[in-house]
Amino acid sequence: MRLRSLVIGAAIAVLAIVTLSSALYTVAETEQVIITQFGEPIGQAVTQAGLHLKTPFAQEANIFEKRWLEWNGNANQVPTRDKKYIGVETYARWRIADPLLFFQRLRDEGRAQSRLDDIIDGETRNVIASHDLIEVVRTTNRAFEKGEEAEDIMEAESMREIELGRNKITRLILEHVQHVVPDYGIELVDIQIQRVNYIESVQAKVFDRMISERKRIADRHRSEGQGKSAEVRGKKERELKVIESEAYRKTQESMGKADAEAATIYAQAYNRNPELYRFLKTMETYHSTIDKDSWLVLSTSADAFRYLQAQNAVAGAKAAPAKR
Amino acid sequence: MANRNAGFDPEEFTRAARELGARLRESRKLLVIVGLVIVGLAAVWGSYYQIEPDEVGLVTRFGRFVRTTGPGPHGKFPFAIERVQKVPVQRQLKQEFGFRTLRAEVQSSFHKDERTQAESVMLTGDLNVATVEWIVQYKVSDPYKYLFRMRDVEETFRLMSEASMRTVVGDHSVTELLTVGREAIAAKAKELLSNMCTLYDNGISVQQLILQDVDPPEPVRPSFNAVNQAIQERERAINEAWAEYNQEIPRARGLAEQKIQAAEGYAVDRVNRAKGDAQRFVALEEQYRKSPEVTRTRIYLETLAAVLPTAGKKLIFDEKAKGILPMFPLGPGQEVKP
Repeated sequence: MRLRSLVIGAAIAVLAIVTLSSALYTVAETEQVIITQFGEPIGQAVTQAGLHLKTPFAQEANIFEKRWLEWNGNANQVPTRDKKYIGVETYARWRIADPLLFFQRLRDEGRAQSRLDDIIDGETRNVIASHDLIEVVRTTNRAFEKGEEAEDIMEAESMREIELGRNKITRLILEHVQHVVPDYGIELVDIQIQRVNYIESVQAKVFDRMISERKRIADRHRSEGQGKSAEVRGKKERELKVIESEAYRKTQESMGKADAEAATIYAQAYNRNPELYRFLKTMETYHSTIDKDSWLVLSTSADAFRYLQAQNAVAGAKAAPAKR
Repeated sequence: MANRNAGFDPEEFTRAARELGARLRESRKLLVIVGLVIVGLAAVWGSYYQIEPDEVGLVTRFGRFVRTTGPGPHGKFPFAIERVQKVPVQRQLKQEFGFRTLRAEVQSSFHKDERTQAESVMLTGDLNVATVEWIVQYKVSDPYKYLFRMRDVEETFRLMSEASMRTVVGDHSVTELLTVGREAIAAKAKELLSNMCTLYDNGISVQQLILQDVDPPEPVRPSFNAVNQAIQERERAINEAWAEYNQEIPRARGLAEQKIQAAEGYAVDRVNRAKGDAQRFVALEEQYRKSPEVTRTRIYLETLAAVLPTAGKKLIFDEKAKGILPMFPLGPGQEVKP
């Protein structure tokens, strides 16, 4: 019968397609597969990408990621050893290293995420709580460049030397977690502290501290300016005195030298005839002392007027100028 | 070829089936042709793909990576047999931290909200707080690793960038961050991020990391400005003092020089006058020695001749006329001093 063969043919074709699609499965580059037979895992994981065969219907392909997977932590409020409340956000990258174990212990990614939450958050809290804040913030003990501000501005606490630093602390968390997760078929590749922040109430206090710190720095600059300008003014005063006194010394020196030289010259000349000098100088004084207000009372016995007397009058009388 | 008209009567069923079969036979050819055309079109459409100049295409066959193809038109097995994923390897990609560019125009507009704020707030090495905005430019250097090694590469890259920036900022003081340290911090963060990319082997190469706005947190900002103001004030005070210095010192130097020159002038004057006086005296004395009496008398008389007329009142009396007291009429207000 034509129709019957048609129906049977169709049925066989459908069956073949269903069987084939159940026997064939593809594995992407990003995937790995665990084959289970009635729920029981069979053999090792299939990690080679491509087209694969399995027993149809009885076996099931369970697909897992082969790539690095994300785990992003929530902001944890943790007190540090020095009682600073901070919010710490970490992230981790992990992969399913042993799909069989992963499948047996966790079954799916969702459960893995929540297990990682427990483990990593816990370890992060432990490690942060047993270290000071500065250890989480700084990585090395490098000295800060002191720009415009001096070292006493820096908070003593923040200048403390660190023992571990951020990198070693994250490694500490990583090591602790790496210890635990292989039980779940998970390999933890890296953990990083993504963010560290003060919690809000602490932050306000930190801002206050920053403000007062800046105020101190500003005051310092101002007084430094006053000090420096006073210094410059002092230098100016000193130099003025130096300049003036040096000028005075030099003038006195050269004037004195000239006076001395002049005295020598006069002495040399006048010593040739002191009597004549006295006479001439006296004559000169007459010129300067007698003026129109002077009274001259002269005797006829004076030299100049002796001829007013008799011819034989005594010579040698002196003129006696009198100044009123 | 399913049969929906299944009835209870087998005869009816066979008759209906026969009718259906006849009808089907008539239209089978047409159906086959239409079906083949549709499948053919889909196959052609599914076999062709094009790669843009800045991309490469990674082809997987049944999920397995088989080849990489460059820009241009290409063929592949259709349907789910071969799939192609395009990765922009030549394009420079950018991630922004602390802000988002809404529209990049001549006057770009930016957007900031609580989420971007959280990206930018961080602790500095001296336990202060600062907001740091930055961008990272990167390229996909290995498309295979970029696609197949890590899920959500881009988001992971963001986190890596944040972690490395905070690590570097955590090792600098807030002053360094705001002033001298900017370039060093950017360079160091880029280095750290590159190292992390190597460690994660994610097929990304970091091109540039550029710091944008770096600010103290909003409530603290005025006091940071006050510091800058104080620095300006300090400079101004010092400059003013120096200006005074520069005004007065050269002037004082000039005045001092003037006094010194004047004194030297006095010295020359004094010596020259002494020399002149001396020479005059010497010359006179030489002549005097030849005839002392006459010269002396001459000088005496010449002096008198010159002096006497200048005197206001003159009284000449004889010594022998004793008893006569000379009388002087004194003018009013004039006194005789003994």
